[in-house]
Amino acid sequence: MELLVSSAIGILTAAGLYLVMRLRSFPVILGISLLTYAVNVFLFASGRLTTGSPPILRYGVETYADPLPQALVLTAIVISFGMTAVVVMLALGAYLGSDDDHVDDPVPSEDEEAQS
Amino acid sequence: MTHWLILPVILPAILAPFIVLAARYHIGIQRVLSVAGVIALIAITAGLAWQASDGTVMLYQLGDWAAPFGIVVVGDRLSTMMVLLTSVLALFVLLYAIGSGWDERGRHFHALFQFQLMGILGAFLTGDLFNLFVFFEVLLIASYGLMIHSGGNERLRAGVQYVLFNLLGSTLFLFALGAIYAEAGTLNMADLAQRVQLIGPEATVGIRIASVLLLLVFAIKAALVPLHFWLPSSYAEAPAPVAALFAIMTKVGAYAIIRVYTMIFSPELEATAGLHGWWLLPAALVSLAIGMVGVLAAKKLDRLVAFSVIGSMGMVMVAISMFTEVSIAAALYYIIHSTLAAAALFLITDLVRACRMNLNLTPMAPVAGAALTAGLFFMAAIAMAGLPPLSGFVGKLLILQAAFTDEMAVWVWATVLISSLISVVGFARAGSVVFWKAQSVTQEETAEVAPQPSALSYVAVGSLLGLLVLYTVFAGRAHAYMTEMSAQLFAPDRYISTVLETPGKLSETVGEKKEGDN
Repeated sequence: MELLVSSAIGILTAAGLYLVMRLRSFPVILGISLLTYAVNVFLFASGRLTTGSPPILRYGVETYADPLPQALVLTAIVISFGMTAVVVMLALGAYLGSDDDHVDDPVPSEDEEAQS
Repeated sequence: MTHWLILPVILPAILAPFIVLAARYHIGIQRVLSVAGVIALIAITAGLAWQASDGTVMLYQLGDWAAPFGIVVVGDRLSTMMVLLTSVLALFVLLYAIGSGWDERGRHFHALFQFQLMGILGAFLTGDLFNLFVFFEVLLIASYGLMIHSGGNERLRAGVQYVLFNLLGSTLFLFALGAIYAEAGTLNMADLAQRVQLIGPEATVGIRIASVLLLLVFAIKAALVPLHFWLPSSYAEAPAPVAALFAIMTKVGAYAIIRVYTMIFSPELEATAGLHGWWLLPAALVSLAIGMVGVLAAKKLDRLVAFSVIGSMGMVMVAISMFTEVSIAAALYYIIHSTLAAAALFLITDLVRACRMNLNLTPMAPVAGAALTAGLFFMAAIAMAGLPPLSGFVGKLLILQAAFTDEMAVWVWATVLISSLISVVGFARAGSVVFWKAQSVTQEETAEVAPQPSALSYVAVGSLLGLLVLYTVFAGRAHAYMTEMSAQLFAPDRYISTVLETPGKLSETVGEKKEGDN
């Protein structure tokens, strides 16, 4: 299980970083989402990996999952969803406004520079 | 336990939704509420700063749950000073936004402003790393709204970059938090400070990675080279009052570095030894140099100011990364100075825009109000470049003095002095082109005349500069206080014991649980 989880985190992060470096708004947003998935799984793993163990104290249960990473992940998911929505709207606005979905700064040509 | 401590977070948190819900269509009511809220904040934070000035560490346990299981808000000398600085800055920025009509050029300016304040103040006050993340997100999501306030393609584009960069930063922050939690099993700063001490020299890899990740996150916030790329565009394109408020946001990164790396990963700690001297100091020196070279190279006034922010953050980080009591005191002195000076410069940039319609560094005919604006710019530029007699000079002297004992002293002295010279040249060039050379250009008959900025705008900028002058006059007293503050930072025992030993709910079982964990 350790190998599966860690390789999943690694692959998600690598794919996310690759997409972010494409510097076009759609791949970048996808990449950011992949990265947030990776970080959520990573946060889960930070409380040690267990299967089938409850996070809440109960009689007759021997092994527990750490509840704190689950609380952290919950917060992180909410925040990352909100942020992704914001960035989608912004990117859409920027794309419709300038007919260009690059997220890096354009290199201004000489006459453009004179105008601005 | 003092209940006042949570109020700087609660007050804007209540005021902002109230402004959105009740006063959406009435800009007048919004303005009154917003200004009243900020003035109340100043009163509260001044009270807190006064209370903390004798070295008391104030603690507020949310829901009366004891740390490390509950969330705590902690106020010591440093955090109360930072919240006071934030609320004072917010008042003048708000006055400027009202005076120049920026708050009418888009919706929900005041609500977002209050949310942003809530995030910043919360980040300064929190005693828990995960809450630091949450407050970072609160201040960021408000800043996204403020950043694209009043719209426009350029601004949206810069906004997308800003949001994406910060999202990446947040992801990195979560990775850092996960790594720290996996190593230490807690995210409460005081608790962490104790547990990290227990980690032996043979198990340093994990905690070292975690501390480096965390340093990277804070360096992104502080716009330290090589993580500064987001700053020039976003600060230059943001509306001027917003950019002025953002002047405190880079300091949140500096604050977090000071807090975490004095208390948790202190220089004596074997696991994270060498982090400041080997990594932070060179990066800080390079960002100081790059910032000041950027000042010289900028073609537009707003970019110039944005680069001067990078440079001044570099200066702050140089002082921080030497990590002695003297140098941290110097850094704290410089943080206040550079916040006020950068905010004033951003506002003056907007005054220039109002006077002459654009910010290109080319001579244009002088218009109404240019003389006064030129005077203000002159003063702010002197402060930012660190020429005598203003506080930038004092701050720079303190930093140079602190560098005497450091082994990198030659590099620090050389970089600080040469980059100061470069920035003086850069500001002088900008000022002379924009204001002086303008006298030799004759006004075109057909050119539309820009309206004179309102008196309130000048009052706001003038007050910021007035604060700088006061800060210079009382430099001795201020520095003495910073020295006490730095002494408190380097002796975090009182902070730790206050946080961990104040009883609350669950307090009887805390001891047992801890023994079980180890």
